[in-house]
Amino acid sequence: MKITLKVWRQKNNTSKGAFKVYQAEHVSEDMSFLEMLDVLNNELVVKGEDPVAFDHDCREGICGMCSLYINGRPHGPQQTTTCQLHMRTFKDGETITIEPWRAKAFPVLKDLVVDRTAFDRIQQAGGYVSINTGGVPDGNAIPIPKKIADEAMDAAQCIGCGACVAACKNASAMLFVSAKVSQFALLPQGQAERKERVEKMVAQMDAEDFGACTNTGACEAECPKGISLTNIARMNREYFVASLTSYEVQAKGDGA
Amino acid sequence: MKLESKAPQGPLAEKWTKHKFNVKLVNPANKRKYEVIVVGTGLAGASAAASLGELGYNVKAFCFQDSPRRAHSIAAQGGINAAKNYQNDGDSVYRLFYDTIKGGDYRAREANVHRLAEVSVNIIDQCVAQGVPFAREYGGTLANRSFGGAQVSRTFYARGQTGQQLLLGAYSALNRQIANGKVKMYTRTEMLDVVLVDGKARGIVTRNLVTGKIESHSAHAVLLATGGYGNVFFLSTNAKGSNVTAAWRAHKKGAFFGNPCYTQIHPTCIPVTGDHQSKLTLMSESLRNDGRVWVPKVAKPGLRAKDAAGIAEDDRDYFLERKYPSFGNLVPRDVASRNAKYMCDEGRGVGQTGRAVFLDFADAIKRDGRNVIEAKYGNLFDMYKQITGDNPYEMPMMIYPAVHYTMGGLWVDYNLMTTVPGLYALGEANFSDHGANRLGASALMQGLADGYFVIPYTIGNYLADMKAGEKISTDLPEFKEAEKQVNERISKLLSIKGKKTVDHLHRDLGHIMWEYCGMSRTDAGLRKAKGKIQELKKEFWNNVNVLGGSGELNQELEKAMRVADFIELGELMVDDALNRSESCGGHFREESSTPDGEAQRKDDEFMYVAAWQYTGEDQPEVLHKEELIYETVKPTQRSYK
Repeated sequence: MKITLKVWRQKNNTSKGAFKVYQAEHVSEDMSFLEMLDVLNNELVVKGEDPVAFDHDCREGICGMCSLYINGRPHGPQQTTTCQLHMRTFKDGETITIEPWRAKAFPVLKDLVVDRTAFDRIQQAGGYVSINTGGVPDGNAIPIPKKIADEAMDAAQCIGCGACVAACKNASAMLFVSAKVSQFALLPQGQAERKERVEKMVAQMDAEDFGACTNTGACEAECPKGISLTNIARMNREYFVASLTSYEVQAKGDGA
Repeated sequence: MKLESKAPQGPLAEKWTKHKFNVKLVNPANKRKYEVIVVGTGLAGASAAASLGELGYNVKAFCFQDSPRRAHSIAAQGGINAAKNYQNDGDSVYRLFYDTIKGGDYRAREANVHRLAEVSVNIIDQCVAQGVPFAREYGGTLANRSFGGAQVSRTFYARGQTGQQLLLGAYSALNRQIANGKVKMYTRTEMLDVVLVDGKARGIVTRNLVTGKIESHSAHAVLLATGGYGNVFFLSTNAKGSNVTAAWRAHKKGAFFGNPCYTQIHPTCIPVTGDHQSKLTLMSESLRNDGRVWVPKVAKPGLRAKDAAGIAEDDRDYFLERKYPSFGNLVPRDVASRNAKYMCDEGRGVGQTGRAVFLDFADAIKRDGRNVIEAKYGNLFDMYKQITGDNPYEMPMMIYPAVHYTMGGLWVDYNLMTTVPGLYALGEANFSDHGANRLGASALMQGLADGYFVIPYTIGNYLADMKAGEKISTDLPEFKEAEKQVNERISKLLSIKGKKTVDHLHRDLGHIMWEYCGMSRTDAGLRKAKGKIQELKKEFWNNVNVLGGSGELNQELEKAMRVADFIELGELMVDDALNRSESCGGHFREESSTPDGEAQRKDDEFMYVAAWQYTGEDQPEVLHKEELIYETVKPTQRSYK
């Protein structure tokens, strides 16, 4: 296969970027999208040109490190991570446009690499159960109905890649944040801090300059792990309840 | 130097309890005066950093990824072992200990392995309390499965994403400590050297991967939880960024490297399709519970999976079931891998390359129904289809072994301390608990055991002897010298401007390692490999092409520094494999096999840990031996017939 690539090149986060066109002459349909970029980069190095910087690590669809906005869609035309996208999805002679995630909260560091530490800061605001190592009850002392465990697992599968933000016109992080809020709202272990958690995580999300929810569902449609919009509905409900009742807890200390 | 394991005396089952009582404690009010550096944020690193922060120590944690949640522990699929005996099927701490010792082919330290089995039960409780959504039975209790040849169901799991869920649990605990100010997190920061002051590890030198800035960090102790070195083979199931640099830099500063030749080749990976291949994807071993492995009895070159149904039952060779009737498709990883290789060497391999065997679910689907199989393996089947384009509900998978895990690593004593005082190694980065071969679902267990339940106790024993608050400045000449060396190395790499890309040279190294130091090794092959690696090292330092500068985000430079270390490690692996002229676990020397081709250990000669000491650039490394003493278990020859 021969592919024309229009790739976003940007030296660093203070410089302006632009598209640059490359020809990929020897593309096999068995290649993953990232392997196609590896081959391009090796050719660029041989020619003495700066290779394209992009994030990637596990290359098996679970670490959430790879990104890329491909032909106007996060992770490209299939509902997978970019590392799991294979060139057989494209046609010989096609032109493929590759951009970084576009969101104010995800500044570009170089070429296709963006800074997603805003996600970490949201998790640090409350994405945990406050227990120390040791001194916990036996695993089976906390029975959890299979249905609840399964639903919590559905939410917990989020890989934190940021496709939901990239897909959203408002660059909203609602799907990402709601996945963690849901996991703990469903499980008995999360009950003690249920109200503070959602309040703190939402506050941090807003502080990071993510936009408001559009209610269009673009996030769910592009999520490589199929995280459901139901989580956003649940988070809204959790937040509403917390905003009306959490003062009862906070009146006697901040509960943290 | 005599290697002392520091394993406590006394009955096996009491050693850890006794040791916990005997280790010195750091006064709770003093803990905040100590600083600890943790490099790597996988299961071992994240759990250690979080637990030490909870105790009150000031922790600095480092990872090269953009977030601690990306560490490669996240990719572990199958599960985590624990001797809970929830299934009432005869499991116990002793049985998990015994299985691990036996699975490691009697090349692990008894005391460590027993401790691992003891704390395994605490790990499950800890993770449940964190909100890890383990699989449940309808009654609400935790579900288990049997895994990788175990005769009991002791594996806990969260669909096919157990590593992800456990890591996110540890990451959440880490986040809580970051929020509390007890852990300072440095992402996109790579450790490039360890700094010794008065013979003790007192800090590290790092490179900020975004700005290129070289910095020093000081502490009272340094913990390396930097994972394994499978990427020495270029192609492996490791993440692309997984590397040996932190461990190798520590090795060059005096930490002995234990059993470098012990690598685990995983039998069920998606085969290579071409030269563009950048990594290999593991299909969880749990698939062997229901999948049957076969090749045609008569060679059928180029046989495709979609034509497999055309091969009559009588014309199929279910070679694992045939050769190992009692364990069948569930033989240990090394046995399954080697036999797949033999089938392909005989010319009976399948697929375009002939380097693959079938893993067939047709019988299981017929027996249990598609729904049952989908519930167990749905995500793995989807993953397979995504990568290969083939649908495993309709045709068999094609699999081939690939490098997956490295049992070798930095030598550590019972306290997880390396031969450098104050420098610890945790998780896959150390050599410790798996002997010559790791059992399925035991890597997650060991990573979390080290981080949650071992290091929080043992580090106190070391720190208690240091003066609280004895902080040191990174302006000391030792730090400046280390920074200078790092800068010189970077300048050197950038100045070569040769003809070959880093990937090209890494691939060449991988070919040498896989061919001569892979599933099956010989004296002659290893000697050849040694020469080839030495040539490659010369070529690398004369002909590598690293573009760009040092003061910027430069992924080629990152790779080049890692590959330079892999080349040196590769030579040591070959030396170790040459020295160990026996077969044990994942290390198979063709010269040491039984008449029917099975691995033959030589306990009288090789019942020791090979710990290698670096002595200088291009100098031969010096071998030290830690004799393994089996007080409780009597070593037997493994048999899975």
